[in-house]
Amino acid sequence: MDLADLTAHSLIELIKKRDVSHLEVVNSFLERIERCESRIKAYLSLRDREDIISSIREDNPYSALLIAIKDNILVKGLRATCASKILSNFIAPYNATVIEKLNQRGFNIAGKTNLDEFAMGSSTENSSFGPTKNPWDLERVPGGSSGGSAASVAMGESVWALGSDTGGSIRQPASFCGVVGLKPTYGTVSRYGLVAFASSLDQIGPITKDVTDNALLYSIISGYDPHDSTSLKLEPYRFTELQQDIRGVKIGVIRELMGEGVDNAVKNCINEAINTFESLGAIVDEVSLPHIDYSVPTYYILAPAEASSNLARFDGVRYGFRAFGQTAEEMMSNTRGEGFGPEVKRRIMLGTYVLSAGYYEAFYLKALKFRNLIASDFNSAFKEFDVLISPTSPVLPFKLGEKTENPLEMYLSDICTIPINLAGIPAISIPCGFVNNLPVGLQIIGPTFSESMLFRVAYGFEQATPFHKNRPNVGGR
Amino acid sequence: MLSIEEVMHIEKLARLKLSDKEREQYRKQLSDVLDYAARLNEIDTTNVPPMYHVLPVTNVFREDSPKQNFSQEDALKNAPLKENGFFVIPPILGGEE
Repeated sequence: MDLADLTAHSLIELIKKRDVSHLEVVNSFLERIERCESRIKAYLSLRDREDIISSIREDNPYSALLIAIKDNILVKGLRATCASKILSNFIAPYNATVIEKLNQRGFNIAGKTNLDEFAMGSSTENSSFGPTKNPWDLERVPGGSSGGSAASVAMGESVWALGSDTGGSIRQPASFCGVVGLKPTYGTVSRYGLVAFASSLDQIGPITKDVTDNALLYSIISGYDPHDSTSLKLEPYRFTELQQDIRGVKIGVIRELMGEGVDNAVKNCINEAINTFESLGAIVDEVSLPHIDYSVPTYYILAPAEASSNLARFDGVRYGFRAFGQTAEEMMSNTRGEGFGPEVKRRIMLGTYVLSAGYYEAFYLKALKFRNLIASDFNSAFKEFDVLISPTSPVLPFKLGEKTENPLEMYLSDICTIPINLAGIPAISIPCGFVNNLPVGLQIIGPTFSESMLFRVAYGFEQATPFHKNRPNVGGR
Repeated sequence: MLSIEEVMHIEKLARLKLSDKEREQYRKQLSDVLDYAARLNEIDTTNVPPMYHVLPVTNVFREDSPKQNFSQEDALKNAPLKENGFFVIPPILGGEE
């Protein structure tokens, strides 16, 4: 096995034992990028090789573990395009808080990764700069919107990555690429310097090769930040060696997310996972969340509403692309019409409509009430269960172009991940099987601030199964 | 189904210039999504309070003390058009109206 296939914690160990040098580690990732990136297209921009190598600090193993950053997170002095034409020339003037935290630890950034434009999408096909390919099958999507981050980790083009998750954008690509992705509790990771999509739903989170790496990276990026008014005044999550024992943990299987619409192959993998949990001494039972079926319509009212307001700032005045116009208003309308891609425009239109006079109560207010019902369903379920499980995606990674013609069909594929953002709770996706060499993800969901429990359950499963060790074929040049 | 006039009204509210082809396309696609969203009428929610925020967040106050974040130069660095330390835009009044 190549160094680029190893996890962060095993590389740290090798470095500390002086079995490998910092430079050897960095070079193995740079070689992997050179070998695979032209096929995968995980990155929108890469830092210069010299800059990466000169960031190595011999006393700091993190400086050898290249990290990939989704291109909607600001890194001072680097481009932050959000995969949009409207920001194609935008250079970030400051660091996101998560980047400040990485810098304090001496992390080494490899580059900025591809996404669906402004994180709106489930396949990375909405990128204005072309799609990312799934490392397991180049004809298939890597999921989205953090598809570039997940693909780069899976392909060994980075050790770990940051993504953002508004309705599944960390977990679903992690599932499609066979890696681990965490959507943390809302408010535990600062959103300062994350380009806002739907502010009440957005969270930054880690994408890694295994659960230990995920817990480690989460411990580094979480914590209170005065720059984010929704950041919670809590102690950051502390990383401790994960415990494998899950005996007696009560696990609820969400009935509504195992019904029709879920691919049988996916269902089989989840049922296998249930057997594994039982053999490890967990107590598994079915649970019903009666309003969860309303998550997709609720989300596709609330998220576009927030987006239409957040994206009002892209008007060609202070930054980004500007189109011609005789008056300021004409310039702004033309800039937005030419600068945004089809999905972003669709959501701005949808959001503007549901917030407009005469429709606000029928759509937006109604959806806020359903958000309450869905969150209450979870609260009731957590009175009986420690964690809940479901597939991360109801379907296997689909083919490029398969769902682009029908936006509603694409939206429906988010059914398992969306409810978690609406409720503000954390969830982690881990690999739980392979079907025809395509990865399947298991979603483990917990109440607010239950990240430790999620890591424990995920780690228990991971250590009992072989899936996290699988790597996609690197292929020829 | 939304009318073309409705689509053009949203377009104006959103300051988003669309082509004729896009208007027709969004008319259909937005109608599909809104029809689907009408499923929310299946349940009576009269007595359910709307949830604006999932966590008990409160207003955050801080001292009103000025701090330097960016220099004027940095703040203007990404501007499409600038002059003497200002952003430059086309006239706000005028044009055909």
